Amino acid sequence: MSDTQTAAPVLEITNLSVELPKGTDRRYAVDEVSITVAPHEIVCLVGESGSGKSVTAHSVMGLLPKGQLTPVAGTIRLHGEDLLTVSDDRLRELRGARMSMIFQEPMTALNPTMTCSDQIEEVLITHTDLGMTERRQRILDILELVHLPDPPRMAASYPHQLSGGQRKRIMIAMALVLEPSLLIADEPTTALDVTTQAQILKLIKEIQQTHDTGVLFITHDFGVVAEIADRVAVMQWGKIVEQGDAKTVLRNPQHAYTRMLIGAVPSFTPIDRPRDPKAAVVLKTLGLSKTYTGGTFLRRAAGVRAADDVNIEVRKGETLGIVGESGSGKSTVARCIARLIDPTSGAVLLDGDDIARAPSRQLRKLRRRVQIIFQDPYRSLNPRRPVGESIIEGPTNYGTSRADATERARQLMALVRLDPESLDRYPHQFSGGQRQRICIARALAMGPDLLIADEAVSALDVSVQAQVLDLLDDIRRRLDLAMLFITHDLRVAAQVCDTVAVMHRGKVVEYGPAHSVFADPQDDYTRSLFAAAPGRGFAFGAGALTASPDATA
Amino acid sequence: MTESTHNLVDSAASADASARKATLWQQLLRNPSVLIGASILALMVMMSLLAPVLGTMDPSEINPAWRNKHPGFEHLKTFADGSEAQWSYRLGTDTLGRDTYSRVIYGAQVSLAVGLIVAVLSIAIGLTIGLVSGYIRWLDAIVMRVMDGLMAIPGILLAIALVSLSSAGLGTVILAITIPEIPRVVRLVRAIVLSIREEPYVEAAISVGTSLPLILIRHVLPNTIAPLIVQGTYICASAILVEAILSFLGVGIPPEIPTWGNIMAEGRVLFRLFPHNILYPGIFLAITVLAVNMLGDGLRDTLDPRMRERI
Repeated sequence: MSDTQTAAPVLEITNLSVELPKGTDRRYAVDEVSITVAPHEIVCLVGESGSGKSVTAHSVMGLLPKGQLTPVAGTIRLHGEDLLTVSDDRLRELRGARMSMIFQEPMTALNPTMTCSDQIEEVLITHTDLGMTERRQRILDILELVHLPDPPRMAASYPHQLSGGQRKRIMIAMALVLEPSLLIADEPTTALDVTTQAQILKLIKEIQQTHDTGVLFITHDFGVVAEIADRVAVMQWGKIVEQGDAKTVLRNPQHAYTRMLIGAVPSFTPIDRPRDPKAAVVLKTLGLSKTYTGGTFLRRAAGVRAADDVNIEVRKGETLGIVGESGSGKSTVARCIARLIDPTSGAVLLDGDDIARAPSRQLRKLRRRVQIIFQDPYRSLNPRRPVGESIIEGPTNYGTSRADATERARQLMALVRLDPESLDRYPHQFSGGQRQRICIARALAMGPDLLIADEAVSALDVSVQAQVLDLLDDIRRRLDLAMLFITHDLRVAAQVCDTVAVMHRGKVVEYGPAHSVFADPQDDYTRSLFAAAPGRGFAFGAGALTASPDATA
Repeated sequence: MTESTHNLVDSAASADASARKATLWQQLLRNPSVLIGASILALMVMMSLLAPVLGTMDPSEINPAWRNKHPGFEHLKTFADGSEAQWSYRLGTDTLGRDTYSRVIYGAQVSLAVGLIVAVLSIAIGLTIGLVSGYIRWLDAIVMRVMDGLMAIPGILLAIALVSLSSAGLGTVILAITIPEIPRVVRLVRAIVLSIREEPYVEAAISVGTSLPLILIRHVLPNTIAPLIVQGTYICASAILVEAILSFLGVGIPPEIPTWGNIMAEGRVLFRLFPHNILYPGIFLAITVLAVNMLGDGLRDTLDPRMRERI
């Protein structure tokens, strides 16, 4: 790439407006958005779900669903060429060759029936006239570039044979094989574990520096922004509310919305809450193990030890956090404790009663004392039943009259800060955060001693997440509940947990008070996990912005 | 919250619920397949129910004097009360001199009844077995192997076996057609149950202590209804056809009861000379099956849009 081009921006979006179909809550998905991306530059487009950040990216690629979203004003120039007016053929030529995109979901973005090399080769065949040996060489080179181990073997593999991080690397290889000058990354690390995410971010940064690529990076995570962005544009309801140099925006946000978002990002420093060491132990597990056995009933396959000798305890009014990456067994432990699955060995003592071995009659009594809140707010309420029915289902199972249960449900709705009159509405009439509140109300309706939150805020936007965390904390304090908080997000764990158990491959590798674990991790794995957390060096949270006189967080 | 806002929320919620119902009906009525299929089917049902007043005579009345007459043949007929009148064999007569028109109209009763009863029976039985085997894991392997075994038996062979074991009759035929349909329903229901039982809202119901039967009825069953209605129409269409085939082969409904298959079976011998005995019941059979299938397709498109993409 010549020197003259480095001065001119790769991508220049001016006053882009994209219209939504009629009957939606606002007129424009993207409203007069202007962004430029220079070579060598990573521009982060940040916003919560529905802010229009993905629509902006898709309009650049010309991938908007026809007839539903139409760009109605503005220009998108790639090296001076207006992408909104070029022919479909030219757009196809530009995609891949000049600009390419990395999608969020690595499994569905790759064709499961083709080997990785065939998929990369397809890009080369479409856009270049290289011979077969040259193409093969190019594929091996690019796999080397994205730091995949053993490129020839990777090239011959099918997507399902690779891990999530490796698939992401294959996608990045596909996006980069033609050395495009613009790379659009749409939430590329959202579905990944923190350690993998850290590697992928490092890779994108490295490639962008060696290849003169301009990167438009879409994310909802301010940690990621702090990690890689040169410049930041913050979107809200289709508009860019703030744009500027990454450090400036993060340290000194001007717009109230940006300030609220940054303030809502949980801080990495744990809050040292006073603990009552004499509080009653509500839950105690002794050597809890769960082995998943495969195979048929004739032939037992070797099992997977999802949880291995887990010993934890939670006291009244205290929150224990179980943190770990996917597959570490943290959800297995939660589900064993709620007895949604039967543990293979060990005991789960709830005030001295063993829930792990309880026969069904006794289990029914114990169940109401442990309640669980699930991750996906869209699937944890039956879509065909009014939310009130879902909340009173439990109490009526245990003999409470419908009238009493409904009255209690009204009080609980108020407690989770929802309108008590909306009990007869259906789940689809609520937002994700509201649904999670309803799930909390449903759990509380049982009057539990122990509340398990299984990734309960992971699917929520950061501002909604802050509200739900706040609510959970408030409820824990008010009702003096014991809480088991399962999360992969170290920041969230730092904010809500009194004690932390770090899990890795089914084992608890580190267990202790939150402030000491975060301040001085003993185990190697814990240390690598903490090191991988994006934006670690950057102080987020309400305290970070006290410099601003009118901080809204 | 004040009284006025209370009312506002209430009416908003109920308005929303009724709006949803209205749109489902509107969607169904807007779908041409549903409209055409349902109209033809309604006509057929009315025709079969009103058979006695549609200018028919006793469908099994044999009149050797007027055998093998072509459609439109007229003669002077003596009725049971002794009166005489000009009578037209609109669709001709068969080899025993029975009125083909009356037989075809009465035959609709049997065909539609078989279709409906088989659909209802196989769905009721299949739903029960599917729910149980989808939810009780240790039973699943056993039940599904039995179902695989049933699926391996060709329906027509089973019908021949059943008819030869007991006597030929409507009940035997319905049983013979229902049994091979059950495994298909079981598989459909089981597949839905297996995916729904993993939903967090089902796990939530378990953890608030809802008993197994209640979970099945409250949380799992409603998800099976739309696919089952669709499946039911296909079973109905196929049952009408299989009944006709069985009767045609002589292993179905006894020949003295008029069914479309029986009429065609008897018309087979003199098919070249008198094609009307095969042609007219054949047309009615084809139209009915087409109508049921159209209704099924339309219902599938409206009730279960995801299924349309899969097929």
